Amino acid sequence: METGTSRVKRGMAEMQKGGVIMDVMNAEQAKIAEAAGAVAVMALERVPSDIRAAGGVARMADPTIVEEVTKVVSIPVMAKARIGHYVEAKVLESMGVDYIDESEVLTPADEVFHINKNEFTIPFVCGAKDLGEALRRIQEGASMIRTKGEPGTGNVVEAVRHLRLIHGQIRRVSSLSKDELFNEAKVLGVNYDLLVQVAEAGKLPVVNFAAGGVATPADAALMMHLGAEGVFVGSGIFKSDNPEKFARAIVEATTHYTDYKLITEVSKNLGTPMKGIDIKTLSGFDRMQDRSI
Amino acid sequence: MKIGVLALQGAVAEHIRGLEAAGAEAVAVKRVEELDSLDGLVIPGGESTTIGKLMRKYDFIDPIRKFSAEGKPLFGTCAGLIVLADRIEGQDDAHLELMDMTVQRNAFGRQRESFETDLDIKGIDEPIRAVFIRAPLIKEVGAGVDVLSTYKDEIVAARQNNLLACSFHPELTDDYRLHAYFVDMAREAAASRV
Repeated sequence: METGTSRVKRGMAEMQKGGVIMDVMNAEQAKIAEAAGAVAVMALERVPSDIRAAGGVARMADPTIVEEVTKVVSIPVMAKARIGHYVEAKVLESMGVDYIDESEVLTPADEVFHINKNEFTIPFVCGAKDLGEALRRIQEGASMIRTKGEPGTGNVVEAVRHLRLIHGQIRRVSSLSKDELFNEAKVLGVNYDLLVQVAEAGKLPVVNFAAGGVATPADAALMMHLGAEGVFVGSGIFKSDNPEKFARAIVEATTHYTDYKLITEVSKNLGTPMKGIDIKTLSGFDRMQDRSI
Repeated sequence: MKIGVLALQGAVAEHIRGLEAAGAEAVAVKRVEELDSLDGLVIPGGESTTIGKLMRKYDFIDPIRKFSAEGKPLFGTCAGLIVLADRIEGQDDAHLELMDMTVQRNAFGRQRESFETDLDIKGIDEPIRAVFIRAPLIKEVGAGVDVLSTYKDEIVAARQNNLLACSFHPELTDDYRLHAYFVDMAREAAASRV
């Protein structure tokens, strides 16, 4: 009997496919998310848009919030640790969190090194803007990838950019010969064998979700259409007028992302979605996606 | 043999690969009317609460019960096992209520307790590598249920006539003998319908 094998950790993400993972800040929101059909909840102190508004240093949530959420739902509970913050991740593991997001939404604890995720029994999800970043995270032990997008903006444009880029790069490496792949591995800063594996399979060796700016049912369906295997919705749900209805609508649109009549129906009278931010107005450290490479 | 994989949420592509490797034609099923042309149906691993809610939302419950009543085989893995069960510990309602068994969800604990191990399965010659992820257990079965496998004296695979269920994920390895076993069930059921 073996725990924490790569098959067990990656397999956990496989079971989330086609689903929606929702950010929640307390037990009540977690219950709403579960009742709406979320496949997991991400327990947080503040959703990304509030982190953005508050400024300052964003850290791992108070363990009490994670504990409260864990008590009230039977679906998996995820939580975020700062990039490179080994101890926050160990604390979350010891609490029995099911998945850790080593996340650029929080202020990085290390601007060079990520956590060696291979050492952990529980799986990690990490953000990526491109194929090189995705594969570096997988080398470090990430069992699931998500696009970084631009969290807390309610603007899907960056998630679209990242997903298209990753898929475009995979298609490109699939067309390269073995000798060209040696150079490509160097250019991307990734392990050659892992790159060959991706080139041959035509896909990442782990599940890839969309995240960072998904605000409406149509946004979620768009990411599925572009080849995401599921979606994370952060501020979009609990910053909308009617979280319950919004959450249900996003779940349905994700399941039936090619059924436009259904997406029409679930999009009716949802109230105002979160306000949203034009990415061009963000610069420097406000661009969370640039916090790690 | 044409086998469907219920594709409301979960590990669909892996089951399709397994069924194809076992010599069947496999399709993802998102709509009730797609059940009509099938010889068997897999209910995959995923989140049972999500799959259960979406099954109700899109009125899958009665059509799948009818599918089963026609003798067509169903195979539930992990969340799919929970969906097939008559009784779920700690809950008033179950989902399809087809298999005479009581299941316990997340019976091994949280994700850090998830594991893989070698298992003997009745009807399959050599042990199979079984991956358990936040897996359920079958706590008790009725007289008509045949126990196919146990782990530490707890039931992890069972069959009741045309219904097959396991706690673990045969779709996460490259060993598709359990898929082949299910395709054989579908073949026998199709032969007896003619």
